[in-house]
Amino acid sequence: MVNSLVQESDFNLILPEKTIQTMVPQTAVSRELKLAPPRYRNEIAKYIIRRNSACIKCGKCAKVCPQGVHVLKPGYKLFSSPKLQVCIGPACQKTDHYCVDLCPQKALQLVENPQMKLLGDFRWPGDMILATWKMAETGNPPPPEYNYEYETGNSGGGFDRIRFKFPAKPPVDINENEIDIGVELNRRNDGRPNIRIDVPWYGGGMSFGSVSMSTQLAKARAATAFNTFTCTGEGGYPERFRPYDDHTITQVATGLFGVREETIQRVRIVEFKYAQGAKPGLGGHLLADKVTPGVAKIRETVMGISLFSPFPFHSVYSIEDHKKHLDWIKHLNRRALVATKVSTPNDVDMVAVGSYFAGSHIVHLDGGYGGTGAAPDIAKKNIAMPIEYAIIKVHRFLEKEGIRDKVTLMVSGGLRTAHDIAKSIALGADGVIVGTAELVALGCIHCSRCESGRGCPRGIATTDPELSAQFSVEWGSQRIVNLYSAWEKEIKGILKSFGMRSITELRGRSDLLEHLDYNNDVGTKK
Amino acid sequence: MPEKYHIEAKTIAPRLPRTGKCGVVDWREDCAGCHNCVKKACVFDRYRLETQYIRRLNNIDTIYSECMGCFSCVQNCTKGILALSANPAYENLGNDYWTPAIIETTWAQAENGKIPVSGAGYRGKFTGNGFDSMWTDMSEIVRPTRDGIHGREYISTAVDIGRKPGFLSFDVYGKALALPPIIDIPMPLIIDMLPPTYRRSNLVPFMVATAARTGTLTIIDYNDYDLLGADKQKYLPNLVFFLGSGNQLPSTELLLKIKMVEITDGHDIEHRVTELKKLNPEAVVSIRIQMDSTGVERAIELGQNTWIEVLHLVGDLNGNQIGVNNPRFIKDMVLQVHKSLVKSGHRDGMTLIAGGGIALAEHMAKQILCGADAVTIDLPLLVALECKLCTTCDPSSSCPVDIEKIEAIYGVGRMFNLIVAWHDQLIEMMGAMGIREARRLRGETGRAMFFDELEEETFGKLFGSRKRF
Repeated sequence: MVNSLVQESDFNLILPEKTIQTMVPQTAVSRELKLAPPRYRNEIAKYIIRRNSACIKCGKCAKVCPQGVHVLKPGYKLFSSPKLQVCIGPACQKTDHYCVDLCPQKALQLVENPQMKLLGDFRWPGDMILATWKMAETGNPPPPEYNYEYETGNSGGGFDRIRFKFPAKPPVDINENEIDIGVELNRRNDGRPNIRIDVPWYGGGMSFGSVSMSTQLAKARAATAFNTFTCTGEGGYPERFRPYDDHTITQVATGLFGVREETIQRVRIVEFKYAQGAKPGLGGHLLADKVTPGVAKIRETVMGISLFSPFPFHSVYSIEDHKKHLDWIKHLNRRALVATKVSTPNDVDMVAVGSYFAGSHIVHLDGGYGGTGAAPDIAKKNIAMPIEYAIIKVHRFLEKEGIRDKVTLMVSGGLRTAHDIAKSIALGADGVIVGTAELVALGCIHCSRCESGRGCPRGIATTDPELSAQFSVEWGSQRIVNLYSAWEKEIKGILKSFGMRSITELRGRSDLLEHLDYNNDVGTKK
Repeated sequence: MPEKYHIEAKTIAPRLPRTGKCGVVDWREDCAGCHNCVKKACVFDRYRLETQYIRRLNNIDTIYSECMGCFSCVQNCTKGILALSANPAYENLGNDYWTPAIIETTWAQAENGKIPVSGAGYRGKFTGNGFDSMWTDMSEIVRPTRDGIHGREYISTAVDIGRKPGFLSFDVYGKALALPPIIDIPMPLIIDMLPPTYRRSNLVPFMVATAARTGTLTIIDYNDYDLLGADKQKYLPNLVFFLGSGNQLPSTELLLKIKMVEITDGHDIEHRVTELKKLNPEAVVSIRIQMDSTGVERAIELGQNTWIEVLHLVGDLNGNQIGVNNPRFIKDMVLQVHKSLVKSGHRDGMTLIAGGGIALAEHMAKQILCGADAVTIDLPLLVALECKLCTTCDPSSSCPVDIEKIEAIYGVGRMFNLIVAWHDQLIEMMGAMGIREARRLRGETGRAMFFDELEEETFGKLFGSRKRF
C-alpha cells in the first residue's frame, strides 16, 4: 500500500520537501470477521450452574444443551469445567432443553453469578462489559437470549435515561447494504483534503505510557481496517505507528511530549488538545511507575519521574493565539485537517464557535465523564458538564451562528455503545470518539487500576514488558475489528428502523428520542 | 512546586486492617497445585501480603480484604477455584450519606495526605442529591496565574472571618479609623465540635492541635477547655469558644486572649453579642444557627444587622434541614441566605460559615460556590481516625476501633493529612476554574453548573416537562 500523499497528487506540488520524505509504505488491514476468543481461561459468566453431589454423571445435561455448556468428554468420567459464558440462563427455562429441569437427579441449579455484583460499575455495568466482550469475540451484537442489558448503563441520567422512539415498522424498507454510516471530516471547503471515515467514530487519544504498544497498535490496525482514525495521545509518535500514518491523528497537547515537525507532517489529522474530559483544566498525568525507559525515551523525559502536563497552553491567551497555533500546524502540514479537543465548561458553545473561527476543521468535545489513564477523583466526578448537555448546547449554538455545516462536531466522554453513538448523533453530533470501549474489547474490566504501580493488571494500560505481553497485536486488533463490526450492524439497524439511508439524516434528530424522566410533551423539529 | 507553598504530609499508617471492597474466595478443594499458580502472578502481590497478614494476625474477626478486584487470578486459575466476593464489612461502612466509598477515600487521604488519583473514567451515578447535583466549571484558557508549571502554585486559599467594612474611614488627621477584628485563616475550613453522638473527650486536644498545625480555627465547647492540659494557653489563637445558652462566660482575662467566640442563636442575641463585645471588642463573635424550619429566614433576618459579624449555619450530619419532613439541603439553604443578603446589600459586610454534610473536599468547594465564606467539618476528622461511623458510641461500651486509645502522633497526623489532601484538592478545583483566590470563589455560581438548570436548558427544550418522582 502506498501512502496517501501519493494519491493526493495535487498536494505534492505545494508540499514542503520534508513532508514527502516522511512517506512510508502503509499496511492494509482486513475488515474480515474472525472469531477472537477471550484470552482468559475462565470467562466471567452472567449465570452459573451449580452441580451437587447427587449428579450420577449420566451426561444428559451435556446431550441436551445446544449451547454446549456442560462438557463431558468421551472417555472421561468427570465433567470438564462448564462453559458457563454461553449459558443463556433463565431464558432457557421456556425451552425443551433446560438442563436443570431435565436432570434426572435434580442435581443442577441455575443462579445468577454473585461475582457480577463486583464486575463493572454504574456507568459500565457487568452486563455491558460482558456484551462488549461478546461483540469483540464474534463481531455481532450479542444474541437477545443472553439477556444482556447492555444498551444503557445504570448511572440514572443522560444517555442511560434516553431511548429511541422506534416506529412499529420501518417507514421504508431499506437493505442494510445501502445504508451509509460514513462521515465527512472537512466541511470548511478550504482546499484541504476531504477526508471521509467509513464509520461515525474514531479512536480517542491514548498515549504510549498510558497504554501499552500492543494496545496502541491494535487500535491503529482496527482504525485502518475501518478507514477511520486512531490518535497517539500526547505521549509521542512511536515509530511502529508509521505503517498506519494515514489513519493516525497525532496530538499536540500542552506537554508537547515527542512533538516534532516531522511527526506533524506524517499524518492527515493533527489534534490540538486543550483539555480532557476526565480532568478538565488540569493537564495530563502519568505517574512515576509508568514512566519506563521506553516511555521516557519517546517523551524525552527522565525515567521514574511523574509527568504532569501543564495546563493550558502557556502561549494561548485567546482565540487569536489559538489561531496562531493552528496556522503553525497548517503551515507545517499543508494537507492536514486540524482538530481542536476541548472539555465542556459552561461556555462550551462559545469555545466551539471560537475554535471554528480559529480554523479548526473538527471540534472535539470531551465531556466531563470521559476516560483516562490517571486523574484525580475529584476532577473525574465534579469538573465540567457531562457530554449529553454539551452536544445539545453546541449543536444549537453552531446552528444559530450559521456555521453548523461548516464544522465537524465530534464528541466523547463516556460513550460506551453503538446506542450511545447513535444518541449522540441524534442530539446533534456528527460523530463520536471512543476509547474505553476499545479497551474493554481487549479485556478491560473497568477496575480503575490503570494508574498504579506497573499499571493495568490486564496488560492493557501498562508499559510493563511482562504485563503488556499478555496479548498479541493481531488478537487485539481482531477484537476491536469485531467490536466495530458489531457496532456497524447495530447502527445500521437503528437507521433502518427509521428508514434512513445515511447517518447524516440522523444528525440533530432529537425528535426521535425520548427521555424516561420527562413527559416528552414537546415536539422538536429537525 | 516551591517548597514554601507545599504542605508536607507524612504517611501515617492505619492501626487496623483495611476494610477493602472485595476479597478472593479460594475454594482450595480441587486445587491442582500448579507451579505457576496465579497467586504468585498477582500484580498487586496481594496473596503474599495476605499470608503475612495472617501470620501476624491480631484481629481475629477481621478478614484480609485488600484485593484490587482485577479478576485476573479468578479468570486465569487452572482449575477455576477462585472467586471474587464482596466484603460485607465494606458494605456496612457508614450509611446512605457517608457511603463506604467516602469512608474509604477519607482513610486513604488521612494515611498519605495525597490527592486520590485513579485510572479509568468516572464510575458513579450521573447525578445525585445534595452536593452531587452540581458540577464546577472549568476554563479552557483563563488561568489563575501563568507562574509556575501548573499555574496553581500561587493560588490563595486564605479567607477572612469577621465583619468587613464597605470602605475605609479616616479621622480628621487622615489616620485610618480602627477596623473591626478580622481573622485570616489559610484555608476556608474550620474544625467544628463533633456531634454529641460521636463526641469523645480524648479527641478534643488532637483536634485543637490539628487546627494549630494547619493554622486554622477549631470550635470547642468552652467547658472542654480544661481538656487541653497544662499548656492550653498556647492554643488560644486557634480556639473558638462555643458558648451555649447555658454556658457561663469565660473570665475576662481569658476572653481578652481569644480571637473568636461562637454563641447559640436566641431571643436575646443582640444583647449577648453586645455583652461579649464590651468585654473584648477585638474578638469576632459568631452566631450558630440551626438550619431548622425557620433557619433560613432567621439567618436572613440576622444578616441585615450591622452588628452581625459571622453567622454559622449548621445542618444535620448529612447536611439536611433539621426537624422537617422534606428537608432541604444545606447548600440550597446557604445559597438562599447568600443571595438574599447580596440583594439587600448586606452580604459583603459579614461572614457566612456553613456546616453539616461536608464529607469530601469537593463539598467544601461547592459549598463555598453556593455562598459560604468557609465551611466547618467534624465527622471527616473522625473518619480519618479509622472510625466506621457505626454509631455505637455509647460511652459505656468500648469503641470497636478503639478511638479512645489513639495517640497524638497518629491522631493529629491523620487529621492533618486529611486537611492537606483537601487543601490540595481545593487548589486543583480552583485551578481548573481559573480562580486565584478562595475569597473570590464565594457565591461564584457563574463557575458552577447545577443539574436542574442544565436539564432545563438542554433536555427540557427537547423533551418538555420533567416528571417528578
